Amino acid sequence: MKYLTEYRDAGLVHTLVDEIRRTVKRNWVVMEICGGQTHAIMRYGLDQLLPPEIELVHGPGCPVCVTSLELIDKALEIASQPGVIFTSYGDMLRVPGSGRDLFSVRASGGDVRVVYSPLDAIKIAQLNPDKQVVFFAIGFETTAPANAMSVIQAEALGLKNYSVLVSHVRVPPAMHAILGSPENRVQAFMAAGHVCAVMGYWEYPPIAHQYKVPIVVTGFEPVDILQGLLLSIRQLETGRFETENGYPRVVTFEGNRPAQDVLQRVFQECDRKWRGIGLIPASGWQLRSEYAHLDAETRFSVDQIQPEESPICISGQVLQGVKKPLQCPAFGGLCTPEHPLGATMVSSEGACAAYYHYGREAYG
Amino acid sequence: MCLGVPGKIIEIYETGGLSMGKVDFGGVIRETCLAYVPEAQVGDYTIIHVGFALNLISEEEALETLDLLRQIGELSALPGAEGEAS
Repeated sequence: MKYLTEYRDAGLVHTLVDEIRRTVKRNWVVMEICGGQTHAIMRYGLDQLLPPEIELVHGPGCPVCVTSLELIDKALEIASQPGVIFTSYGDMLRVPGSGRDLFSVRASGGDVRVVYSPLDAIKIAQLNPDKQVVFFAIGFETTAPANAMSVIQAEALGLKNYSVLVSHVRVPPAMHAILGSPENRVQAFMAAGHVCAVMGYWEYPPIAHQYKVPIVVTGFEPVDILQGLLLSIRQLETGRFETENGYPRVVTFEGNRPAQDVLQRVFQECDRKWRGIGLIPASGWQLRSEYAHLDAETRFSVDQIQPEESPICISGQVLQGVKKPLQCPAFGGLCTPEHPLGATMVSSEGACAAYYHYGREAYG
Repeated sequence: MCLGVPGKIIEIYETGGLSMGKVDFGGVIRETCLAYVPEAQVGDYTIIHVGFALNLISEEEALETLDLLRQIGELSALPGAEGEAS
């Protein structure tokens, strides 16, 4: 397949690994932001090809992982109500709330359906006018334009039975939170390529300058990831802290303007709680007041839930690159993908789940 | 979650006021919303995420990246490249 095969080429992977080995002189900690990148690194064993000077730590860019327990509990409560069809991306069904998950709601008779696209949820609403159809609008800047378009479509079609449970999060505020923490170990970022496909990377130069960290927009295939890493290491070794584009076939500096316009129209910034991390100011998007009537939280009056997290789980520190999954006492024992205690074991893109699936426990 | 899959646009049409299209992912064809790539034409490659085209793929940039990477490979294969670099 064009644009996939050539970026999985073993020859290019080895060329890049050799070049990284030649370039690196000192120890560096580099964070890949996106869970999709974490997953690819583990799947292709890229971490095991790298010289010992380079430590990859895994970022918070997994929306399934960071969606707050409070919102999951709200989803569970709404999905349990009679007359509701609760629609969600498949990744969210297994995410444990305080007591159960969406799968168990379905097993107890709730109408919970997996959709591939938010426009599928719109179709379900059109076909079921006597039911309330709720879409769980999770995701980073990559997913937000699709979810926003479903809101606009619902309005355009005059759908009275469609609403969204919004849990959108944004990358730049999370980078500030990580870099501003006294525990921070991250010296360079591989930025999330598909977030930048939508948003561009004009938000990043001020961050790179403020914290003196290189930021390299990075794709998702093995060659893309190693190229992003090489550009990061070159900057680190030469004392630069610039914003570079390592994924130019998909990303431009400005990003996708039509998508940004729709995001502006539908959403406004809000403070958002991140599972495992806590509240990050101005790190989320919520519906603008013009669309408040489509907000499932108000339609179903579920805004008073106060859940509790597992006291053992260290997912917050894993999500910020302060600790690695294997430093958790519960990893692989009390906490597994079948019975996750926290955010990072929940989704296959979470760092703990990726370590578990690809057998990193054997290597320590 | 933010995974995007490259595919080739093989048909463009409008449904319910939205620009839609058929996209070929190496033989698997799916309907995709093209509202965010108004400049798209049949034959263009695009990155798809949750049923939406995020951006068109620039063939020119793709070729340039691959050329640069191949040059790194050729340069490092030259005699003395290891010594110069270290």
